[in-house]
Amino acid sequence: MRSDTTKRRGWSWWYLLFIIQFCVPLWPPLYNRLEPTLIGIPFFYWFQLLWVLVSAVFTAVVFFVTTQ
Amino acid sequence: MHEINWTALGIFVGLFAFISWLGFAAARWRRGDLDQLHEWGLGGRRFGTLITWFLVGGDVYTAYTFIAVPALAFGAGAVAFFAVPYTVMIYPLLFLVFRRLWHVCHKHNYITAGDFVRGRFGNRWLALAITVTGIIATMPYIALQLVGIQVVIGALGVSGTGLVGDLPLLVAFVVLAAFTYSSGLRAPASIAVVKDVLIYVTAIAAVIVIPIELGGFGKIFASIPANHVLLAVPGPQSTGSYSGYATLALGSALALFLYPHSLTGILSASSGQAIRRNAAMLPGYTFMLGLLALLGFFVVAGGIDKLPQYAAGFKQFGSNFAVPALLLHSFPAWFVGFAFAAIGIGALVPAAIMSIAAANLYTRNIHREFINKNPTAKQESQMAKLVSLAVKFGALVFILFVPTKYAIQLQLLGGIWIIQTLPAVMLGAYTRWFNSWALVVGWAVGMLAGTSMAVATNLTPTFPLAVGGYTFPGYTAVYTVVLNLGVAMLLTPILERFRGGAAIADETVPTDYHA
Repeated sequence: MRSDTTKRRGWSWWYLLFIIQFCVPLWPPLYNRLEPTLIGIPFFYWFQLLWVLVSAVFTAVVFFVTTQ
Repeated sequence: MHEINWTALGIFVGLFAFISWLGFAAARWRRGDLDQLHEWGLGGRRFGTLITWFLVGGDVYTAYTFIAVPALAFGAGAVAFFAVPYTVMIYPLLFLVFRRLWHVCHKHNYITAGDFVRGRFGNRWLALAITVTGIIATMPYIALQLVGIQVVIGALGVSGTGLVGDLPLLVAFVVLAAFTYSSGLRAPASIAVVKDVLIYVTAIAAVIVIPIELGGFGKIFASIPANHVLLAVPGPQSTGSYSGYATLALGSALALFLYPHSLTGILSASSGQAIRRNAAMLPGYTFMLGLLALLGFFVVAGGIDKLPQYAAGFKQFGSNFAVPALLLHSFPAWFVGFAFAAIGIGALVPAAIMSIAAANLYTRNIHREFINKNPTAKQESQMAKLVSLAVKFGALVFILFVPTKYAIQLQLLGGIWIIQTLPAVMLGAYTRWFNSWALVVGWAVGMLAGTSMAVATNLTPTFPLAVGGYTFPGYTAVYTVVLNLGVAMLLTPILERFRGGAAIADETVPTDYHA
């Protein structure tokens, strides 16, 4: 019984979201470009800012599904 | 350098006076017995989700960050934006690794990383290595916060030679030292709330108003030299700026919560849930930092560095003057006072937490371990208070008598040093597999290799690792922590064989690491 609980606390498949969140910024060729621009801001900048918001959502999702 | 800006100075001094009062009043907030180290040095571990958000935010996003990141964008362009992916990557670590550390530290009343390592590995010399690394990495960081204050005071037009010129910094410093001494971590925690309101208002105003004045983002980016807008595409046989950018973000992310002041902020939270919630809420600061980084481009687009009235400031402070000059140029005097107060107060919060963290380390892991083995609670907290004064005084002397450039270089080295504690602290939160002496040797190899690689590259962060005709420029901290880990993994089975069948020293059990 207790080892079950420990196991569930140890790993959740939802943590895969963290791997995506963590790895995407590690690959600059993906976002090192000018186009498309957003209100004049090159892709390089707005994509990374957008990624901040995406990360916050990912983390919130993981928080809610693993808090049960 | 120019006329004193009286309106701005008045607002600046008024806000400073307010937070000084707040810092002293904080001693009575969620009142606890300040003669206990965990009360003085961790605020009694009573901060909920929201206060932890302000505290960790004030800790991580320092005044120096707000000055230096836009300054880097101004001087070097796109690479400055690494601060954004860097702070995206820290949140999964906070959510997973540091929540475990919070639980085990709460359970055993550990106050520092040194306490944890001592308990986990039962080796006081390994704990000493972790402790000394923490202290020497923090000292230049405190000094840099004082540089942040120096720059805004200079920009307000307060100048002079010798003691008179340094007087405002001295006053700010004495206030900081006094309220930290009397209120402990409660002082920066309460001031952080005010600081954040000021910073958010400043940042939002700046990224809305200035682009309108400059004719929109399209025009701003059109005026940036093409090689600054994006990262340079790597040539053949090299991963160039791509690996540089990615490893800078990765290494900084891995190092961040190993800094004593970050850990102090985390450990003062009242629950593991508060830590997890913060992992989802702290990106709010990252977003703002990303917006602030763009200020560096606004300076270039507005040609502000070319204006004669700011020439003296740029001459004295270099590109660190970019943000103050931009604010002076774009806003009315009262708002400049408000914004500069945001930066100045933004320096006091982390400086206070850093000095508390260093004091906790010295008191717990050097003094109690090696000098006075059985202090009373009162002696322990008294020692920490005195050490926090000594640490700040050291930083002040450093800033007054040593050129700023050395503080910046030491802080760079600090990042390379602190990451060497990763195997013992972060991996230690998951496994007791490592032999403690193997970790000591790995740490020593990482420290030596990191320092010499940094010296070999003239104290720049990236090292051009060459393998079989290919070059992989990357953040020295990442390369050396891999080396450190490799050594520890290689030596562990060997040293374990010598240890024979003796029991493993570990005062923690697996259930200590979660709720």
